[in-house]
Amino acid sequence: MPMPEWLRLRRAQPVPAEDAAQWTKCPKCGSMIYKPDLAANAWVCTSCGHHFRMHAFDRIAMLVDADFTEIGGELVPGDPLGWTDKVPYPQKLARDREKSKLTEGVVCGFASIGGYPVALGVMDFNFRGGTMGSVVGERITQLFERARERKLPVVVFTASGGARMEEGMLALMQMAKTTLAVRRHHDEGGYYISVLTDPTTGGVSASFAFQADVVLAEARAAIGFAGRRVIEQTIRQKLPENFQTAEFLLEKGAIDMVVERKELKDRLVRLLDYGSGAQRPANGAVSGGSVVTPQPDSAETRA
Amino acid sequence: MNVIVEREKGLLQLEQRIDELKAQAAQQPVDMTAEIRALEEKYAQIQREVFGTLSPWQRVNMARHPKRPLGSDYIRALDQFDELHGDRHFRDDHAIAGGFAKLRGRRVIAIAQDKGRDTKEKVLRNFGMPSPEGYRKVIRLVKLADHLGLPVVTFIDTSGADPGIGSEERAQSEAIAQSLYELAEARVPIVATIIGEGGSGGALALGLADRVLILEHAVYSVASPEGAAAILWGDAARAEEAATRLKLTSDDLLQFGIVDEVIPEPIGGAHRDAPGTVTRVLDAVDAALGVLSALPPDQLREGRYRKFRRIGAAAG
Repeated sequence: MPMPEWLRLRRAQPVPAEDAAQWTKCPKCGSMIYKPDLAANAWVCTSCGHHFRMHAFDRIAMLVDADFTEIGGELVPGDPLGWTDKVPYPQKLARDREKSKLTEGVVCGFASIGGYPVALGVMDFNFRGGTMGSVVGERITQLFERARERKLPVVVFTASGGARMEEGMLALMQMAKTTLAVRRHHDEGGYYISVLTDPTTGGVSASFAFQADVVLAEARAAIGFAGRRVIEQTIRQKLPENFQTAEFLLEKGAIDMVVERKELKDRLVRLLDYGSGAQRPANGAVSGGSVVTPQPDSAETRA
Repeated sequence: MNVIVEREKGLLQLEQRIDELKAQAAQQPVDMTAEIRALEEKYAQIQREVFGTLSPWQRVNMARHPKRPLGSDYIRALDQFDELHGDRHFRDDHAIAGGFAKLRGRRVIAIAQDKGRDTKEKVLRNFGMPSPEGYRKVIRLVKLADHLGLPVVTFIDTSGADPGIGSEERAQSEAIAQSLYELAEARVPIVATIIGEGGSGGALALGLADRVLILEHAVYSVASPEGAAAILWGDAARAEEAATRLKLTSDDLLQFGIVDEVIPEPIGGAHRDAPGTVTRVLDAVDAALGVLSALPPDQLREGRYRKFRRIGAAAG
């Protein structure tokens, strides 16, 4: 399935005239930003550079060269525990489907980035806080399995509050399931880059997010195992401002690099290039996007 | 306050009275057999009422009972144990102990989480909440096991991985992720047993195994009930409600295919017969190892892959 029709339509639609709904407030600096400006600026605040959380399809559109062939999109969550609190779990799912226009918390598929064919997974915080339930685990697992068959590198963008409570232990077990798939892909020579975006915590950070060959983080993203609130409650003191940020993790040696969103694609292309000798795509490995040599000078370096 | 300890109080009083009566009867010529029998029957009846069926929250409390056998009790019951300390980088985390061992004559690497019994030991062991160094010790030991062809036996009992500043600074996530990664393709049999509380990723980091066993009243959950209640409703006090919804009891887990075998506990819980419970667990682990040890490494790893691969796969 290529880029869904609704997204094409949304992009093609003319922007309605000055409408309050077209404005949003930056949570960091408080500036009012015109949404189309924000979108044109890769969802980075035009005043302070704050990185807004991105919709998975916007992220994909920002990265891929041409088409994106989704896999696992047909998988939808059940309600294995018969979970109800304020609202039954299926209702929460329906609400999030409506709100986010997504079927689950991750979108997976094949594409090419800067001419390099990749298996790409993008998590989305808009769907149940990017939590990992059975479907997220299954889609990620399928992504790595199919990348292994096709001898493709994998790029995964994480954004997650951790394991999904409403699916109980079935959710936790997705950490084990995805780990097994990541490891097999790796052991057969596969190359894997993870990009940790805001926020990446809990069961996702403690599994495939930190099992990549190269671990990047988007600037100022919150990354950690335990949630900030849990730690504050446990130790009964306020945490420093930069605690559990991408920059904090970089300083502690936990990640390879911190990247500004606008430099992300170029940086990814460079990193994909370094791994391109490891595996060659099998015949007919990828649909859409032809393999071309990326322009070396198109990448802006920071470091 | 532990609800099981509360419930036990009446029973323990009755137990004491029966013992006193028995002592009296031994000294006096009066025949008290009938009274003693009546009391014993009453005792058995109350015991069945109190412990016959336990709610999920009561199970959580059973799993946290102050007298419940801990990781070190299982380690002590092994034929021999030679502890290997530390993660070779930072320190020795006492929330996880591991090393060479013999189990029913079989050479293994044994790894156990331990919450500690008294206050001093609890502090030493950080209440059983491992730091990254604990998981890095596990990684090191699993590599050693793989190198020497020794099966890995883990005993799981933790409310979760340590959520402290230091643990975050030293990349708790990475440590757990890599522990899972190491277990994933180890070429030796792995048997994990949940002996008390299996809390979240901090428990699963020792639980990616070929066979997963659980004691009848142990629990295994996506987050501790308090943690889940805090995440879901911002109110840790609703832990009992969370415990009910999370489906964390051994029978639920068996039904979902998350554990392979439930090891029965004596009525009243594992602590009512700690040595017997420990023996039954070690027997079950030994039996599982017997089956797994016959498999060639590739078949073992393929089986492990398939075991976890099917969990949640039928959701679509």
